[in-house]
Amino acid sequence: MISVPVNYYIILSAILFTIGVTGVLIRRNALIIFMSIELMLNASNLAIVAFSSAIKSFSGQIFVFFVIAVAAAEVAVGLALIVEIFKSKRSIDVDQMSSLKG
Amino acid sequence: MHLSETVNIGFFFLAPWLVFFPVIGLLINMIFGHRFSETVIGIVASLASGAAFVVSVLLAWSVAAGGGEAMSVPFAQWIHIGALNLDWTFRVDSLSATMMLVVSGVGTLIHIYAIGYMHEDVRFKNDVGRFQRFFIFLNLFIAAMMILVSGDSYMMLFVGWEGVGLCSFLLIGFWYEMDTLGRSSWANSNAAKKAFIVNRVGDFGFLIAGFIMFYAFGSFQFDEVFKQVHNIAPATIVAITLFMLVGVAGKSAQLPLYVWLPDAMAGPTPVSALIHAATMVTAGVYLVTRSAPLYSAVPQAQNIVAMVGAVTALFAATIAAGQYDIKKVLAYSTISQLGFMVAAVGMGAYVAGMFHLITHAFFKALLFLSAGSVILGMERGHHHLAHAHGHDDHKTKQKFKKGKHAESKEEHHEEEHGEVFDPGDMRNMGGLRKTMPVTFWLYMIGTLALAGIFPFAGFWSKDEILLDAAKAYPVAYYLLAVAAFFTAFYMGRQIWMVFFGEARHAAAAHAEESPRVMTVPLMVLAALSVLGGALNLPGVHTLTNWLEHTVTLVEHEGQVASWLDVSWGGLNPYVALLSTVLALLAIYFSWLIYGRNPLKAGQIDPLKKPLGAIFTGMENKWYVDEIYQAIILTPYTKISYFLADVIDWKFWHDFVHETVIAGTYNWISNIALNDYADQKGIDAFANWLGTATQSFSATLRKVQNGFVRSYALSVLLGVVFIIGYLILK
Amino acid sequence: MEFLLQPLTLLTFFPFVGILILLFIPSDNKTALRWTALGTALVTFGISIWVLTMFTASNPSLQLVAKYDWITVAGWNIQYHLGIDGLSILLVLLTGFLTPISILSTWTAVEERVKDFMIFFLLLEVGMLGVFLAQDLFLFYIFWEFTLVPMYFLIGIFGGPRRIYAAVKFFLYTMAGSILMLLAILWLGIYGQTFSVPDLIAQHNIPVNIQWWLFLAFTAAFAIKVPMWPLHSWLPDAHVEAPTAGSVILAGVLLKMGTYGFLRFNLPMFPEAAVKAAPWIALFATIGIIYGAAVSYAQADVKKLVAYSSVSHLGFVMLGLFAMNKEGIAGAILQMINHGLSTGALFLLVGMIYEQTHTREIKVYGGLWKITPIFGSIMLIVSLSSMGLPGLNGFVGEFTILLGAFGSKAIGNAWFAAISALGVIMAAVYILYMFQKMFLGPEGSIVEEMKKHGHALRDLNARELITIIPLLIFIFWIGLYPAPFFNLMAPAVSNLVAMLPIP
Repeated sequence: MISVPVNYYIILSAILFTIGVTGVLIRRNALIIFMSIELMLNASNLAIVAFSSAIKSFSGQIFVFFVIAVAAAEVAVGLALIVEIFKSKRSIDVDQMSSLKG
Repeated sequence: MHLSETVNIGFFFLAPWLVFFPVIGLLINMIFGHRFSETVIGIVASLASGAAFVVSVLLAWSVAAGGGEAMSVPFAQWIHIGALNLDWTFRVDSLSATMMLVVSGVGTLIHIYAIGYMHEDVRFKNDVGRFQRFFIFLNLFIAAMMILVSGDSYMMLFVGWEGVGLCSFLLIGFWYEMDTLGRSSWANSNAAKKAFIVNRVGDFGFLIAGFIMFYAFGSFQFDEVFKQVHNIAPATIVAITLFMLVGVAGKSAQLPLYVWLPDAMAGPTPVSALIHAATMVTAGVYLVTRSAPLYSAVPQAQNIVAMVGAVTALFAATIAAGQYDIKKVLAYSTISQLGFMVAAVGMGAYVAGMFHLITHAFFKALLFLSAGSVILGMERGHHHLAHAHGHDDHKTKQKFKKGKHAESKEEHHEEEHGEVFDPGDMRNMGGLRKTMPVTFWLYMIGTLALAGIFPFAGFWSKDEILLDAAKAYPVAYYLLAVAAFFTAFYMGRQIWMVFFGEARHAAAAHAEESPRVMTVPLMVLAALSVLGGALNLPGVHTLTNWLEHTVTLVEHEGQVASWLDVSWGGLNPYVALLSTVLALLAIYFSWLIYGRNPLKAGQIDPLKKPLGAIFTGMENKWYVDEIYQAIILTPYTKISYFLADVIDWKFWHDFVHETVIAGTYNWISNIALNDYADQKGIDAFANWLGTATQSFSATLRKVQNGFVRSYALSVLLGVVFIIGYLILK
Repeated sequence: MEFLLQPLTLLTFFPFVGILILLFIPSDNKTALRWTALGTALVTFGISIWVLTMFTASNPSLQLVAKYDWITVAGWNIQYHLGIDGLSILLVLLTGFLTPISILSTWTAVEERVKDFMIFFLLLEVGMLGVFLAQDLFLFYIFWEFTLVPMYFLIGIFGGPRRIYAAVKFFLYTMAGSILMLLAILWLGIYGQTFSVPDLIAQHNIPVNIQWWLFLAFTAAFAIKVPMWPLHSWLPDAHVEAPTAGSVILAGVLLKMGTYGFLRFNLPMFPEAAVKAAPWIALFATIGIIYGAAVSYAQADVKKLVAYSSVSHLGFVMLGLFAMNKEGIAGAILQMINHGLSTGALFLLVGMIYEQTHTREIKVYGGLWKITPIFGSIMLIVSLSSMGLPGLNGFVGEFTILLGAFGSKAIGNAWFAAISALGVIMAAVYILYMFQKMFLGPEGSIVEEMKKHGHALRDLNARELITIIPLLIFIFWIGLYPAPFFNLMAPAVSNLVAMLPIP
């Protein structure tokens, strides 16, 4: 069985992460930003799983489960917040959410 | 042991009922009185007082049966603490039994009289409901007086002493919302207050005497005190007796504390008769007699007491001769007669003093009650006139038909506008002999008894006093003899002015005689005034023998003039003759001045012209009230107001507390600390710190644009920077 | 449980039960609030009667003692220590007796914030009972200061127009004295290794020169509370502004805390200093008697008149205490009760008329006896009791005090007593002045004024009679047969007098 070298995973992971970061930074739609965050999380998941198999340790996979669980929770909270914000502001454009401006 | 055995003989156990009967009477009238008719109220009260009289008779009989032995009847504990042992114990001996008889006897007669008197009085004054209250107070008075005379210790006596003072206050101020003429005023309540306060001055003396006594004798109980008299320094006893004299002067209206008694005439007439003539005011005389062992031990004190009495007797008699109010004359006469008694007991002539006390109770009560009858007669006459006027006036005619109430209201209304009629002013009277014959004769008897005409009661008792004075205290004798002259003079003046001549006011012409319920008690008193002398007739000396059981008599030592040594069984013919001649002379003078040419309406007193300023002085009571006002009342009030308004409030409360303490604190905390140290020091620094931080953060604030993505970018840059650093390191 | 069932603990803290119930009653259910408070106060009074039945009068020492260690740290030994003896039992009974009466007097007078009022009142009762029962200085101090708080609110919330001023003045004045006392208490606790009053008395080892300072520190606190002349300035303000029930308790019980303090602490703990101070205290007491009586006479406000009369009456109490003989001290204790009864009754009566007329100015009244005969008669009896008419309670107290002071070896001369006896005359002057101007004479302007507004003065109603009659019963009882009262205190008083080193 030919194993894919770990470098490939890392590169994929890096590409995915960069796409995620770019998405967060340039998009104004909160949902898209959210999806980008998911992308970043999964990019890191991919890297962790890859390293885990490379060093033959399960701990990485355990971490990933936690990350997925936390991500699920975060999505629930985050989506709820977005819904609430949409209710009050009729928009989910993040540029309009600047109440914390100093 | 001894005590309980003897208590079983006789009726001594009844002693507490002297107080209980009147108290029960007053409680019944207080609780059920509003449902009773006037007659029932009167009967209940009179029965209560009558029951006390019956008890007194039984007690007196018991004393006589027991050979005059004094008896203590313990009833209850009172104050027992430390060395102080006070009990409610009744003392029955010949002296207290005598007083009980006088108080309850005269008291009961006056109760009966008052049923008739108050019936009309409350109607003339438009407050029928107050009838009940009068008899409650009257019974309370009997109870208090009984405590006074039957107490076994000075302090129990003091309870009664103040109790009668209270009753006097309540009864003088009985018509508290008006003056003696029924006008809306503070006068009556002022008189009541004055009486109580002056009495309290006397009580202060009594209390101090009590304190000294307690620390000298260790007890307040009469026997305990008296048996130690010879072991105590005379100076202490002088102090005790003189402080006690202050009490006596207060209660028995002697100089200088007599001023309340004339004003006390504001009370209804039965009160004047019972309290301010017959009983309460004699309490001082009783006290001195009771304390005979103390007074007899210190002649210096006796001298002072005798002189106070004698001077008062003369002083008051002069004022009495210048008064126009029928009751005021009698009031000053009472003060004068009390002076006789006090002088007598001061001289050690205790029996003479007590004798005069008893006869005086009879004839002065008679005079006052007759005066009350005269006043009511005048009121009736005046009322009659008002009624007649009413018939002429068509408008008021309607109202009169509605009944007595509306009628008297109308009269009241009328009085407020017109001139006020004074039914007690002798200048309004005259000729009453014809319209009120019964009262006239009763008044005559009283007058003769008071003037000391043979063989009326006053003759015997006054003579005994004069004789004792002549023997031992010449100065007092002269004063008293002149006072006796004045007595006969002003009584004569009164008789001529009131009963003879022509009516000087329409009311006098229409005066009506009083009903039976009033005149019958008067007749009893008149009989007693005639026969009272029999109590201690020369040669028989019933009263002397009776009182001897209690009061040890002291014979005066030393030589007296030979004419004074003559004795017809105790009566000296020269002294007796002299005083009778003086009295007759005085009556003759009064006839010359007032009887021969009767006073006309509106005429001034014929004495005024020849005597001038002296008569003005007599008329105005020698300005004693004004002097007291100026030297005591006004300064006291001023000092009080000064202390209250200036010292306590403006200085202490406002200045010291508000300005000095609170002000200083405010200054320190506000100006010194707050403004300078705090505001300009600490606060300024803190403020600078704040401003500096503010401007610093204002610059930083610009970073905070609120865009999440820009924050995310900074995070990314940070991460890149850190990772770059880690890689390049 | 055992702790709570101690009779004295139960007595002191029972009002808390009522407070707890009150908290659960809605504020607008005024009837329930009032009845609950009254019921609690009555049960507390019942407990005090139960304590009385267990009390042995012949035993001069502390009885029914409840004693537990409380704060024992760093050599300090503070205990929860309650006890009762002949010096305090009458005051405890008086507190239990006056509280329900005061609550009953508020029935129609307090309409706003009834719940708060009742809670403060019951809290106050806890504090007062604690003061009279505490036998540990620290505990005493806590109760002592504790009474200030509810009273502050009673005056400050429910009082007259200048209530805040009066409340703050009352608080600050009392506080100022208490601070000095706290210092003295701390000194005693450290020096004597205990805060227990009986132990400190038994040790009796304080040097005389230090005793003097401690005496003065305690005196500062108590003299303000009494109040002794010239520290009385807070009293008229507090009385005038306080609601009726507050005045009753203030005059009836709170002032007694001061005189009780002298009796319980100053005399037995610093006997040498106390004996030395006796003539000076007697001097101030005498000035207070005369001054209070004179100033009373000049008052236009009837409540102020009664307030100043308290200065005079409490002067008698102080004179009696520092006469330091049995007559004087027993008279003083009785006079504390008497003053609570008669002055309490006076404030109640004044409150009853105030409720109708809303004025306390003497000069607008007049002739009330005719319009309200029962009210007038009761006022007369109470006034006479206040001016010391024999046969009523005031006389028994004043007479024994003056008698004691007249021959007192501690005071050393009879002048103070003799001059104080002048107060008897002056009392008649101001009391009769008040009675005359309000109840005698022609009808006052207030009657007309009320008619204009369609009101008429009414006589006392049943509730008011129930409030006042118990006081009248005691006024007569003590006046005519004070033996049971003297018997309760006599052994303890003898014990106390024996302790004093009188020359």
